[in-house]
Amino acid sequence: MPLLEVRDLHVEFHTRDGVAKAVNGVSYSVDAGETLAVLGESGSGKSVTAQAIMGILDIPPGKITGGEILFQGRDLLKLKEDERRKVRGAEMAMIFQDALSSLNPVLSVGDQLGEMFVVHRGMSKKDAKAKAVELMDRVRIPAAKERVGQYPHQFSGGMRQRIMIAMAMALEPALIIADEPTTALDVTVQAQVMDLLAELQQEFHMGLILITHDLGVVADVADKIAVMYAGRIVEHAPVHDIYKAPAHPYTRGLLDSIPRLDQKGEELYAIKGLPPNLMAIPPGCAFNPRCPRAQDICRTDEPPLFRVTEDGARRSACHFWRETLRDA
Amino acid sequence: MGRYVIRRLIQMAPVFIGSTFLIFMMVFALGDPVAALFGDKAPDPATAARIREELYLDQPLWKQYLHYMGQIFQGDFGTAFNGQPVTELMAAAYPVTLRLTMVAIFIELVVGITLGVLSGLKRGHFIDSSVLVLTLVVISIPTFVSGYVLQYLFGVKWDVIRPTVSVDAPLNELILPGIVLALVSLAYVTRLTRTSIAENVRADYLRTAVAKGLPRRRIITRHLLRNSLIPVVTFIGTDIGSLMGGAIVTETIFNIHGVGYQIYQGILRNNAPTVVGFVTILVIVFLIANLLVDLLYAVLDPRIRYA
Ligand SMILES: Nc1ncnc2c1ncn2[C@@H]1O[C@H](COP(=O)(O)OP(=O)(O)O)[C@@H](O)[C@H]1O
Ligand code: SF4
Ligand SMILES: [Mg+2]
Repeated sequence: MPLLEVRDLHVEFHTRDGVAKAVNGVSYSVDAGETLAVLGESGSGKSVTAQAIMGILDIPPGKITGGEILFQGRDLLKLKEDERRKVRGAEMAMIFQDALSSLNPVLSVGDQLGEMFVVHRGMSKKDAKAKAVELMDRVRIPAAKERVGQYPHQFSGGMRQRIMIAMAMALEPALIIADEPTTALDVTVQAQVMDLLAELQQEFHMGLILITHDLGVVADVADKIAVMYAGRIVEHAPVHDIYKAPAHPYTRGLLDSIPRLDQKGEELYAIKGLPPNLMAIPPGCAFNPRCPRAQDICRTDEPPLFRVTEDGARRSACHFWRETLRDA
Repeated sequence: MGRYVIRRLIQMAPVFIGSTFLIFMMVFALGDPVAALFGDKAPDPATAARIREELYLDQPLWKQYLHYMGQIFQGDFGTAFNGQPVTELMAAAYPVTLRLTMVAIFIELVVGITLGVLSGLKRGHFIDSSVLVLTLVVISIPTFVSGYVLQYLFGVKWDVIRPTVSVDAPLNELILPGIVLALVSLAYVTRLTRTSIAENVRADYLRTAVAKGLPRRRIITRHLLRNSLIPVVTFIGTDIGSLMGGAIVTETIFNIHGVGYQIYQGILRNNAPTVVGFVTILVIVFLIANLLVDLLYAVLDPRIRYA
C-alpha cells in the first residue's frame, strides 16, 4: 500500500465568470521515502491538487467533485473536519513558495514553530520554545537560540524558507508537499535549500511531493515524475526514463525549454501558444492546439493515460506516444 | 525606543507652535477683546489703554503670543468672561469630555470591531450586506440630525433617559451622547475592520495556519485578528483627538458642559483666553494621542519595531 494515493481527483472552481475545471481526474501515488516531482506550466492544477490533499482548498469557490485521497489507507475526503485537522501539520505538512508571505509577520518564528507542539502535542510554551530552537538548529540556522524570538522579516529569504521547512518537519510527518519551495529564492541559495529538504527527507524516510515548473531541479532529487497539463496528468514516469526519452509531446516541449550550457547564445525554445482556458478546455486532447504532432483524432478523442511499460510505471496520455518515444 | 520617542517629541514642537499660533491669530481677528469686556458700553479711552497695556495688547502679535505662551507654561491660562480662571473651567470641562470620548471609543471598539469581524468573515452573506447598508446610512446622516432624532426618541417620546445631561455628567447619562458621538467613526471602524479581515483571510500566512492543523478558533484569534486589528486599533487611537475636538455638536445638543461647550461660549463672548487655552490643551492631547498611537503601532507590528 502506498503512503499516499490520489485516485481520479476532480476539482472545480465556481466563480462569477463560470466554472474552472482545475483538476480533471488526477491519479498519483507516493511511497514512504519516495519523491514524486509534479511538473507543468503555471495554472496546470499542481497546487490545487496539493491543496486538496492537505485539505486547505478555498471552499467555496473550490469544490471537490470526485475522487479519493487515500492516506495510509484512509480516505481523507471521508474524514470529519476535526479528524482531518489532526492529520494536517502532524502527519502531512506543506511548504509554500513564498516564505515571507507564508509566515505570520507579527509572531516570532519561535512562536510559529512552537505552536505545532503546543497545538498537536499539548506541550507547554516553554518546552515548545526549546523544541523550536532544536528545529532551527536542525535546519542549520546559525545562532538559533538568539534568533528564536525574531520575526520573519528579520531573516533572509533562504533562512525564512529553512524556517518553513523546519515548521513542516516539526512533528516528523509521513508526507511533505513542497509547492515550488525554491522558486522565490536567489539562485545561489536554491540548491542549498533543495539539498536540505532532500537530506531531511532521507533521514526521516518521508514521502515527498515536489511541485515545480523547473525540470532542472528535479533530475537529482526525484524518483518519479508526473507531468500535468490542464488539470490532468499527461505523462508519468521514473525520472531517468523521462529525461532519456519523453513519451508525450508536451514533456518534450518542457525538456526542450530547459536552458542548456551547450546552447549558449541560441534562442531558448518555448512551447508555442498559451495553456488553455480552464473554463473551456478544448475537446479531444487538451494540448492539441499547441501540439506539433496533432492529428484529427486529437481534436475529437481524449487520449486515456496509455501504459507505456507493462507494469504501468510509465504512462502517457498521447495517441501518438509510440511515435513520440521513437523520435526522441 | 527611547530615542524614537525623543525624536518624535522634538518633531511635535513645530506642529504645536504652528497650530497654537494660528489659533491665536484667528482669535485675535475675532474682534477687540477690550471692547468685549465692556459689553454695550463704550469704554473710557484711558481705561481701555491701561487694560491694553496690562494685557500686552499694545504689543505686536508675535510678542503677545510669546507672552501668552510664557504664561501658559507657568500654568496661567488667563481669565474667562465670568471672572473665573480658565484653568478652573478646564478642570471642570475636560474630565466631562474625556468621559464622553471614552464612552464613544468603547462603543467603537466593541460594536465596530464585532460588526466588522462578522461581516469580514461572512463576506457576501446576509449579515455582511446588512452591515454594509447600515454603515452607509449612518455615514450619510450628519451628527446633529442623528443627535436630535435620538434625543427626541429616547429622551422625549419614550422617556427612557433624560434628554439633557446634568452638570456633573455621570457616565450613565453619557451613553446616548456617546453613541451619537461614536456613530460616524463607528461606521468607519466597522468598514475598516471588514476590509482588513477580508484582506487577511486571503493572506498566505493564514493558509499556512490552516495547513498547520490549528483549530479554527486559534486561527482566527491568534493569526487573523492579531494582524487585522492593527490598522483598526491605530485608527481608534488617532480618533481620540478628533472625537474630543469634535464633541462640540454632541455637547451642544445634549447640553453637556464639556470642552466643546466652553469653546463655544468663549467664541460667543469673544473671550480669547478661554478659546486659546482650551484649544492649546486640545492640540497637546491630539499630539500625545498620536505619539501613543505610533508607539502602539510599533508594539503591535514588529516590522515597524525592528525596521
Ligand atoms: N482560489 C481560487 N479561485 C478560483 N480559481 C482558482 C483558485 N485557485 C486555483 N484556481 C484555478 O485553478 C487553476 C490551477 O491553479 P493551480 O493549481 O494553482 O496551478 P499551478 O499548476 O500553477 O499550481 C488556476 O488557473 C485557476 O483557474
Ligand atoms: S494526443 Fe495528439 S495533440 Fe495530444 S499530445 Fe498527443 S499528438 Fe499531441
Ligand atoms: Mg502553483
